[in-house]
Amino acid sequence: MTRISVKVDGTTYQDEVEPRLLLIHYLRDRLGLTGTPIGCDTSNCGACTVELDGVSVKSCSVLAVQADGGEVTTVEGLARDGELSGLQRAFHEKHALQCGYCTPGMLMAARDLLREHPHPTADEIRHALEGNLCRCTGYQNIVQAVQAASEQEVSA
Amino acid sequence: MTDQATEREVGRARPRKEDARLITGQTNWTDNISVNGLLHMAILRSPMAHARITRVDVSPALERPGVIAAFSGADLAEGLGSLPCAWPVTEDIVLPDHPPIAVDEVRHAGDPVALVVARDRYAAADALEAIEVDYEPLPPVLDLEAALAQDSPLVHSDKGTNSCYVWPLKTGEAFDSVRERAEVTLTRRYHHQRLIPNAMEPRAVVVTPLAASGEYTLYSSTQVPHIVRVMMAVVTGIPEHKIRVVAPDVGGGFGSKLQVYGEEALALAVARRIGRPVKWTESRSEGYLATHHGRGMIQDIEIAANRDGKLLGLKVDLLVDMGAYLMLVTPGIPILGAFMYPAIYKMDSYDFTCTGVFTTRTPTDAYRGAGRPEATYAIERIMDDLAVELGLDPVELRRRNWIGHEEFPYTSIAGLTYDSGNYEAATDKALSLFDYDKLRAEQADRNRRGDSVRLGIGVSTYTEMCGLAPSRVLRDLRYAAGGWEAASIRMLPTGKVEVVTGTSPHGQGHVTCWSQIAADVLGVPFEDVEVVHGDTKASPQGMDTYGSRSLVVGGTAVHSAAEKVVAKARKVAAHLLEASEQDLDFSDGVFSVKGSPDARKTIQEVAFETFTSHDLPDGFEPTINAEHLIDPDNFSYPHGTHLCAVEVDTETGQTHIRSYVCVDDVGKVINPMIVEGQVHGGLAQGIAQALYEEAVYDDEGNLVSGTMTDYFVPSAADLPEFTTERTETPATSNPLGVKGVGEAGTIASTPAVVNAIVDALRPLGVQDIRMPCTPERVWRAVREAQA
Repeated sequence: MTRISVKVDGTTYQDEVEPRLLLIHYLRDRLGLTGTPIGCDTSNCGACTVELDGVSVKSCSVLAVQADGGEVTTVEGLARDGELSGLQRAFHEKHALQCGYCTPGMLMAARDLLREHPHPTADEIRHALEGNLCRCTGYQNIVQAVQAASEQEVSA
Repeated sequence: MTDQATEREVGRARPRKEDARLITGQTNWTDNISVNGLLHMAILRSPMAHARITRVDVSPALERPGVIAAFSGADLAEGLGSLPCAWPVTEDIVLPDHPPIAVDEVRHAGDPVALVVARDRYAAADALEAIEVDYEPLPPVLDLEAALAQDSPLVHSDKGTNSCYVWPLKTGEAFDSVRERAEVTLTRRYHHQRLIPNAMEPRAVVVTPLAASGEYTLYSSTQVPHIVRVMMAVVTGIPEHKIRVVAPDVGGGFGSKLQVYGEEALALAVARRIGRPVKWTESRSEGYLATHHGRGMIQDIEIAANRDGKLLGLKVDLLVDMGAYLMLVTPGIPILGAFMYPAIYKMDSYDFTCTGVFTTRTPTDAYRGAGRPEATYAIERIMDDLAVELGLDPVELRRRNWIGHEEFPYTSIAGLTYDSGNYEAATDKALSLFDYDKLRAEQADRNRRGDSVRLGIGVSTYTEMCGLAPSRVLRDLRYAAGGWEAASIRMLPTGKVEVVTGTSPHGQGHVTCWSQIAADVLGVPFEDVEVVHGDTKASPQGMDTYGSRSLVVGGTAVHSAAEKVVAKARKVAAHLLEASEQDLDFSDGVFSVKGSPDARKTIQEVAFETFTSHDLPDGFEPTINAEHLIDPDNFSYPHGTHLCAVEVDTETGQTHIRSYVCVDDVGKVINPMIVEGQVHGGLAQGIAQALYEEAVYDDEGNLVSGTMTDYFVPSAADLPEFTTERTETPATSNPLGVKGVGEAGTIASTPAVVNAIVDALRPLGVQDIRMPCTPERVWRAVREAQA
């Protein structure tokens, strides 16, 4: 067991974890933060994407011990004081989700994109989100939502 | 007065009520569920396609840390029946036994052989490695034609054959006779590769037992909680009234969760055995073996026509891969397609035969469209070839044969009565949006120049049978259940409304759409309506969600239940306003007395008065709540025209979709934003079949495309921007005029894309490319044609 200290969505947690414990399982099974789902076992789908120390990561590909001392933001930490982020609003208004299972990861990946490229073209959005799979929407409304959010705000 | 039409909910692009939780992570996926003492189940699966099990020893697993119990198939056999097939399509169908966990023989890679229950998911997975199993290999059965040969090894040796059933449909003039008089006949063979549905949420099951009373709650990522409840009672022997099934948030289904799975029965059996709550969640790779696949058939099709393009008849012979077992509706999937091969065309003869074949692969069953994409693919592909043969434009050939808008209702050669449609309007709109003539001119120019990047134009028209289904038709097709749907409306004392639906959404937006429907009929604000679904305790009656049925049948039930509420409320309002019912107007939720507009009661006030029951008409049952069950008289028939332009690089084999235009007619629209989203998603899956996806097996029966790394689910970068438009010809078979939209995009897009690729390469001598049309296959087809 290894002792870790991780700040998740503004709260610091200290836990003893097995070195092999994945960050996604730490979030879901230990902290009960089930807002971030798991969609595959090969790092292809991106459903589990979170932000770790300012960059988006697939939390199925990070060990909990690697997040020691770090700061994690999940989909559950995007809204502040009940106020949705611009991306969350845009996903709702543009109907960029259907079943919603890919949405947490999609939001986190899009947030990462907008931080790096505040005003991406549709094509840039499509390529930036290549690591996040959606089976419901055909992506068209996701692209439109990210574009809409990029017009509203410089940093998501 | 404001314009009433603008105030109506139906037709408005309402952002969805469902989103608030989904975009903030406040979700309730089955795998999120945690209860005190929860144990985790992991399943050991066969690494072989076909083998006899000679020994299973689970005892070493019990030594592993955290393990509570371990079972072999034999350990669980008692009290665990065969998984059900609810659609034995013929009287003499071969129905093999399907134990939820194999006892003496495994018949596909991934067939369960043993399981472990442990305190956490890591411990459960670790312990699987300790289980010892000895297998005696048996020959795999993989080739659909070879499987039917006399000397073929058998998937189910006790059955003496790999042929599951032969289902014929012959209507109109004998096909031999039209073949005789036809000026042209064409025959083609098409292959539908197996597809893996890939709902983004892997399947999961949680069972919580109440040992003292013998009650069980089963949470499952399912499209069909009501069906699962009945079937769990049948499979496990637990009385139905002691089983509650909940479909919490469900992350997509596409048919793959229209199923009664072994893991549901196993979790229930194990929870009963050990008296502890149990969870099982599949990994994606495990799901590729354990969750049913779709498609998987060989189509031989022959079309007979005259030189002027007039179709005379169609002959279709299918060989369909059932996989190793018959699941809930496995045999019925190609039969849903059987009626759709004649599509939107008039002809004199139709001759259809489907043969179901057992193989040692994961079972097949419903995948978005379920039989109808396969039918549309075959007819639309051969129509393009016929157009070439006759020297006609492919749109013109279709125009010469389709049912004219003035001919509805029209009984198709396959015996379906299409209630409505306007193929001319949809096609004309599509051609104009696509700029068809200009693209044809560019294509001719590129061909003339011998451009290495060719332009191809693909046409696909379609209709589909949706709104499953009239129960009597289902009886005639030997389906074991009905096709009705239920809704009830509860008017709460404060005037708020609960709509209870028997449909079970998993992304479709029923909460929003049912709210829109109820709000309009009741005249209450959209925000005052909540929709309850997916729990057999809260919504005891339902036939669930599949086959583009939910709006057509379930939405109509909501509409009719709301009308009943209004009728009851009218009696109370009349009494309170001291007027006769006939003298009351009802508009925007307000009952008012004709001629005295100040004498009024809102329906929400009536709900409160009914709650107190202090002053109701004599003998009035003190409720204005209402329930409605509806059994549709007919299917609904969405239709449309899809046009696809591709650029195919003949040197690399790469296909690029340059434009995609579709005009769909799904009847009246409740929420245009949701309809458009359904079309987008359908297109993505249909295009994925054309270009990217295939479940590949090797010669031993191993699933080679066994992970998401090896199976190509397209990303945003792999799909084009779509132009989606609609025409609106209301269905006449339901009061809402709706037709259903869930599968339209998938049905039409696959042939549109492949027709476009073949159209691009035909000048180079290419006649056909097998799906998925990968760069390698396209490149090889070009090379072979030029050799």
